Amino acid sequence: MADLAGIDWAVAAVLLPLIGAMACFAVPRAAATIGLAAVAVTGAAALALGLQVAAEGALTVPLGGWGAPLGIDLRADGLSVVMLVMTAGVGLLVSLSALGERDARRRRYFWPLWLLLLTGLNGVYLSGDLFNLYVMIEVISIAAIGLTVLRGNLAALKAGLEYLFASMVGAILFLLAVGLVYLNYGRLDLSGLAGIAGAGDAVLAAVLALTLVGMALKTALFPLHYWLPAAHAGATAPASALLSALVVKASLYIVLRLFQYLVAPSEVMVTLIGALGATAMLWGGIQALRAPRLKLLVAWSTVAQVGLIFVAFARAGADGTAESWKAAALIMLAHALAKAAMFLAAGRIKDEVGHDEIARLDRSPIRPTLAQFTFALAAISLIGLPPTAGFAGKWMLMEGAIAAGYWHWVVVTLVGTLLSVAVFSRVLAGFLRFDRVRGPLGEHQGWALADAPPLVLALGALGLGLIAVQVLAFLEIGAPLGGTTGVWP
Amino acid sequence: MSPDLIYGLAGLAVFGIGFFRALTLAAPLRRVLALKLCAVGASFLLIVAAYRQPPVTADAVPHALVITGIVVMVSAMAVALALIHRIAVLERERSDG
Amino acid sequence: MTEVVLLPLFILLTSLGVAPLIFALPERAAKLRTAINLTAAAAKVALVAWLSWKVSQGVIYEVQFEMLPGLAFKLQADPLAVLFIALSAVLWLITTVYAVGYLEKGPHRSRFFGFFSLCVAATVGIAMAGNLFTFLIFYELLTLATYPLVIHRGTAEALRAGRIYLIYTLCGGLALLLGTLWLYVMAGTTDFVPRGVMAEVVAETPVQAQLLFLVLIAGLGVKAALVPFHAWLPIAMVAPAPVSALLHAVAVVKAGAFGIMRVVYEVFGIDVAQGLGVTTPLLAFAAVTILYGSVRALMEDDLKKRLAFSTVSQVSYITLGVALASPIAAIGALAHLTHQGLMKITMFLAAGNLAEGLGVKKVSQLDGTGRQMPGTMLAFTLAVLAMIGLPPLAGFVSKWYLASGGLGSGQGWVIALLIGSSLLNALYFLPIVHRAWFRDADGAPAVPGRPRIGWLLTAPPIATATLVVVAGVFANAPFSPLEWTRFIVAREYLEPLP
Repeated sequence: MADLAGIDWAVAAVLLPLIGAMACFAVPRAAATIGLAAVAVTGAAALALGLQVAAEGALTVPLGGWGAPLGIDLRADGLSVVMLVMTAGVGLLVSLSALGERDARRRRYFWPLWLLLLTGLNGVYLSGDLFNLYVMIEVISIAAIGLTVLRGNLAALKAGLEYLFASMVGAILFLLAVGLVYLNYGRLDLSGLAGIAGAGDAVLAAVLALTLVGMALKTALFPLHYWLPAAHAGATAPASALLSALVVKASLYIVLRLFQYLVAPSEVMVTLIGALGATAMLWGGIQALRAPRLKLLVAWSTVAQVGLIFVAFARAGADGTAESWKAAALIMLAHALAKAAMFLAAGRIKDEVGHDEIARLDRSPIRPTLAQFTFALAAISLIGLPPTAGFAGKWMLMEGAIAAGYWHWVVVTLVGTLLSVAVFSRVLAGFLRFDRVRGPLGEHQGWALADAPPLVLALGALGLGLIAVQVLAFLEIGAPLGGTTGVWP
Repeated sequence: MSPDLIYGLAGLAVFGIGFFRALTLAAPLRRVLALKLCAVGASFLLIVAAYRQPPVTADAVPHALVITGIVVMVSAMAVALALIHRIAVLERERSDG
Repeated sequence: MTEVVLLPLFILLTSLGVAPLIFALPERAAKLRTAINLTAAAAKVALVAWLSWKVSQGVIYEVQFEMLPGLAFKLQADPLAVLFIALSAVLWLITTVYAVGYLEKGPHRSRFFGFFSLCVAATVGIAMAGNLFTFLIFYELLTLATYPLVIHRGTAEALRAGRIYLIYTLCGGLALLLGTLWLYVMAGTTDFVPRGVMAEVVAETPVQAQLLFLVLIAGLGVKAALVPFHAWLPIAMVAPAPVSALLHAVAVVKAGAFGIMRVVYEVFGIDVAQGLGVTTPLLAFAAVTILYGSVRALMEDDLKKRLAFSTVSQVSYITLGVALASPIAAIGALAHLTHQGLMKITMFLAAGNLAEGLGVKKVSQLDGTGRQMPGTMLAFTLAVLAMIGLPPLAGFVSKWYLASGGLGSGQGWVIALLIGSSLLNALYFLPIVHRAWFRDADGAPAVPGRPRIGWLLTAPPIATATLVVVAGVFANAPFSPLEWTRFIVAREYLEPLP
């Protein structure tokens, strides 16, 4: 595939959205058209890259012919491609639902920001060196903050500012970590760093701590999640979907890569990560139970799900991470699809009903049944009921935990599952309650074409559970954390 | 004490002061400044890292990193300032009307 | 002989495939919806008839694909599956007719029939699951699809009932999930294999195996309404009559009982389970549930709740038969799976007619109803007599086999239990019959005038009552539930040990 017209798909996946972003900004009239086309073409590039990786295995692209350590490498393996394709798929459907935006200002700025975000995301997933990762997560941050404040009201701006501060602190911590790595090892390319550090290296411990805290801030791992609920709940529906489904994943991905290349996690570290994840799951669940508004509930559920991903990584202790990362990746994937669907559906419900106060949803004579159905499907995946992708992820998590004898992670996951049932049945029961409605009730009201993208996303979360085997097999291409890269004992 | 160690420690100190203030201050503008200090501290470290005993010339890579870092920080700072400004305008409008 | 043919998939699709169609239909397209429903139900019966014929010839169908590493989604139509599928297919057809009449002018019919189809799909999937993993998938689907039906009326009371139902069944589902995972980790497979897969595990780690059995039975016991997990069943009776009839007399509780059967026979293997010493506690739980359910039924005045407690009691006959670990008792258990379904659905449909036509919901209001609704009450009476165990009706056949099985395996007290339970059955059912036929209605009926129910509501209970008679009288005919049951038990007990 690489020879086809000499196109380098990895480079294309980063450059196309960047060019698109500039074009959108330059020609605001055609922003939606250009934007959609750019997302679609980027998606095609990601797919082409996927085919190439499937055929040839992991690849490394030295930009401009300059290889590491002097030049910049792009690297694509199974994990990168899965993340790229996930981003493209979710992004395309969210883009479609963003076409319905009527506010001119939001229409104008959404597309350049989103394409810039896409550039950053694809850049992170393809980066082969630490500094590139830093630049790309900053690109993501700035674009994401733009999307957060797109609504333009005071609450959104304040949430955005808080997010910006959290994000900047996280980025600076990461920059410091990058600096320390260069100071100590004299190089920043990941493959060159693999295996370079000895055990018990103090600098490495500092690097690890700085990066983990920085990334925990950006991905909103408890107790550094404080900025997330307001930011994700206050944005417009497509922006919330992108923020919750895709943006948090980039920093999770960096954590995975860090453990792959820089340092094998120790038992204490893994337990700590798991414990924080477990707390996030419980705290996020409890807060979601108390949330008065639909979008806030969905945002808190993201906090819980991020926790679940960390628990999945920790499920079988330090020795088990060689397998556990796949469970984490699967849950990341499941969450991306289901959460995007859920935020879009919540947005649709809010549009049709006119508000999103959970306690008053059952009084509305208008029932956007299709959006409600989508919300329910997404909830089923997030709860982890079969046969959805969320179920596949939780199954992997608990299977590994039981096999390794780590029963506490099983208990935590089950409790978290029950909590999420309680959270979502709060909403779903409101959808199905009718005795508080005043006025005639029309069935099949409030169906619109805008229901299609979230429905497809939710069905995707369902369908992904059926092909989990294939996804897992693809993840292993290039053995991202499997052992061949030389870090794992 | 060699000069690069002094520079290194100073960089770390600047970073630490900035970081501490960024976490403890409430006023948005001050927090932005504190974060700026943080970034300067981090850049300092990288610049020191570039130092090599003469006659070897200094390593150019950290300098390139710092320049990129500055660009990134400036844009983040600009976003922060724009947000703070916009919030102030909206708050004034609300208290007026 | 195992054939890889798509027949099981088609049977699943006749209900799973039509559900989205029905959801998408607008509310006013009643005729089209009814047509789709009945066509699908009839198609399913036809396909199941074909399947039964093939399976009786010794063919076993199998469809599978890998879903998670090492774990397949596997549908398998063996004789045991066919028994349950045939029951649900026939009763689905009958109940669909009833539901069309029952909900004629009601709201949310698209939603109702959509979820109804999903439930039947889940039941069929549970029946055909070739391993515990697939079973779990459909078990959870059944929970999810029945919840909207339980709260169909959308009132605060219905929602409260729905919440309790959901808490019970989802906790049960989680226990089953945990059990399935654990089984997979311990035994390396979750496949249903005649005589079980646990022999080695039990030999190595008996305590863990006992715990696993406990977790699995707790998970399944919730749906099977084993005491102390039974409380959801009477509460869920706020659902509309067709739902109570098909789902809470047949699909949901039977799914639990069927799962217990699969776990005891084809996960653990009956000999292994007996050797492990887990069948005796199961037997005790079943016995307690049988008595407790009957006593509670005696105390209920609400007709549907009385029927619900009776279900609690009657479904445990199946568990009892399984736990007795004798081939004869197993025949009784399996026969009861079918027979109890036929009897109880007749009663629930009749109860629905009473509520709909006369506004009668309590036992104390039943005076003189026999004359007002002779067809319905005749069907009800037949079902009652069968349930008590009057020969030659269906209930007698299964009780007979259970009793001889108990005697055969040296558990003579089972006979006393069955006699006691039958006496209690008589005590709480005969007053209903007596009031209906031998007492005059005092005062004006709750709903004045002639009962306003059409043949769509009267015919289904009569049809199921006829089946009750047929299943009892022709118990020895080929393809009767009893004969089929013997076929299954021969397979479970006579198959050579692996």
